Amino acid sequence: MSNIPNDRLYTEEHEWAKQEGDLVVVGITDYAQHELGDVVYVELPEVGDTIERGRPFGVVESVKAASDLYAPISGEVVEINEALDASPELVNQDPYGEGWMIKVRPTNWDEERATLMDADAYAAHIGA
Amino acid sequence: MNNETLRRTPLYATHLAMGARMVPFGGWEMPVQYSSIIEEHLAVRRAAGLFDVSHMGEFEIKGPNARHAVQYLTANDVEKLSPGKAQYSMFLNESGGTVDDIIVYELAHDHYLVVVNAANIEKDWAHVQQVLADFEGVEARNRSDDFALLAFQGPKAATLLQRLTDANLDEVKFYHHTRATVAGHDVMLARTGYTGEDGFELFVTPDEAADLWNALLDAGRDEGVLPAGLGARDTLRLEASLPLYGHELDEETSPLEAGLGRFVAKEGEYVGAEATRRLRETGLRKKLVMLEMRGRGIPRQGYPVHVDGEAVGVVTSGSYAPFLEKNIAMAFVRPDSAEIGRQVEVLIRNRPVPAEIVKRPFYKRA
Repeated sequence: MSNIPNDRLYTEEHEWAKQEGDLVVVGITDYAQHELGDVVYVELPEVGDTIERGRPFGVVESVKAASDLYAPISGEVVEINEALDASPELVNQDPYGEGWMIKVRPTNWDEERATLMDADAYAAHIGA
Repeated sequence: MNNETLRRTPLYATHLAMGARMVPFGGWEMPVQYSSIIEEHLAVRRAAGLFDVSHMGEFEIKGPNARHAVQYLTANDVEKLSPGKAQYSMFLNESGGTVDDIIVYELAHDHYLVVVNAANIEKDWAHVQQVLADFEGVEARNRSDDFALLAFQGPKAATLLQRLTDANLDEVKFYHHTRATVAGHDVMLARTGYTGEDGFELFVTPDEAADLWNALLDAGRDEGVLPAGLGARDTLRLEASLPLYGHELDEETSPLEAGLGRFVAKEGEYVGAEATRRLRETGLRKKLVMLEMRGRGIPRQGYPVHVDGEAVGVVTSGSYAPFLEKNIAMAFVRPDSAEIGRQVEVLIRNRPVPAEIVKRPFYKRA
């Protein structure tokens, strides 16, 4: 059912992390956006903020509820997806592409990536 | 509460077949959405939506003393009712707090049907039995399991429903009801609802519910009609500034404080009348206000409301409003901080976000 690309890693809380050069892009999974329903607001950190693996870095709000976003990795936020400000529905429409949330310069990627799930493990995690 | 204890409406299998996401609500397993809350919400504002509200409870009250009994049992003035009319009302406790908000349908002289909130059925039934214990000549029955209830709501509801019934819907005015045959089914057809739109509620036997549901959806298939879940029902009623029991009303809250004074009789004897009269004289402890966010963020139930850094109240319901495309909330605030136009702050995750008290309702149909 859920779309789970092989080119990135996943958290138990349904975030994804994808390496692009020396940065890591972060968003939420197709399963997560489907469970949330219509996303109407995304609260993200500011560029320059530091995030820490396993700690909340923002909030995604559907019509019904607010949910914390948990950092898949530690590092410095170098870019946020400003398009989500006017078009939070991008998270529903394209969670792995246009609906990305932040780009991070990781501080401990090699160690932390080992704590994340690959696509097969994440598929098992959500019972797909 | 685990799933085994949740009750299911006669349309449970229908909802699953339509791809609904089911959630627990007031002890029932109900569809929260079929496709998208926003899509369903907009369908109701622009065309029509069909809701299963069979979880609501129904009490039948009849007998030679029924009118007198219902007058004593409910806060609104039953003298305004006649056969074929309906009335929004409340059960109050002796302190003037709200046991439940209800709709009273007068079926015939001394014969009433009272529709109550699903989560309150047992509490309300105990309340009714206790209050009516002293009354002769009145018989009350909890008939909640005898009815399925469908709500067909939206600007196209009347036109589409008219194709399925020989009743002349022009003669069924807002807050009136009649017996009718709809798609071959004998129903009690009421022009009532909970969305801020024109629309109807159809009481039908549980066995006939699925067929009636399908007939209504088929009638609207090419007109943008969608099945709609409790998610859209909640955002629609919030946009229309309609209260939800457990949010804007509870045992500690008078309907006067929730801005529903016009539904509470000034004169006459009813449970809670004395406390309500006292409250009218001494002044309200809190007032329900409508908030529109001026800063970024979505207000949610329980978020504090501040004026100049001082706590003056709390949000009771809040959401993104899909038709208005604004973030809105209802909140109880101190009466001295409740005037239209006042700038307040809602604490969203401990961060103060500007909001303004605006007129009620947020949304009113054209």
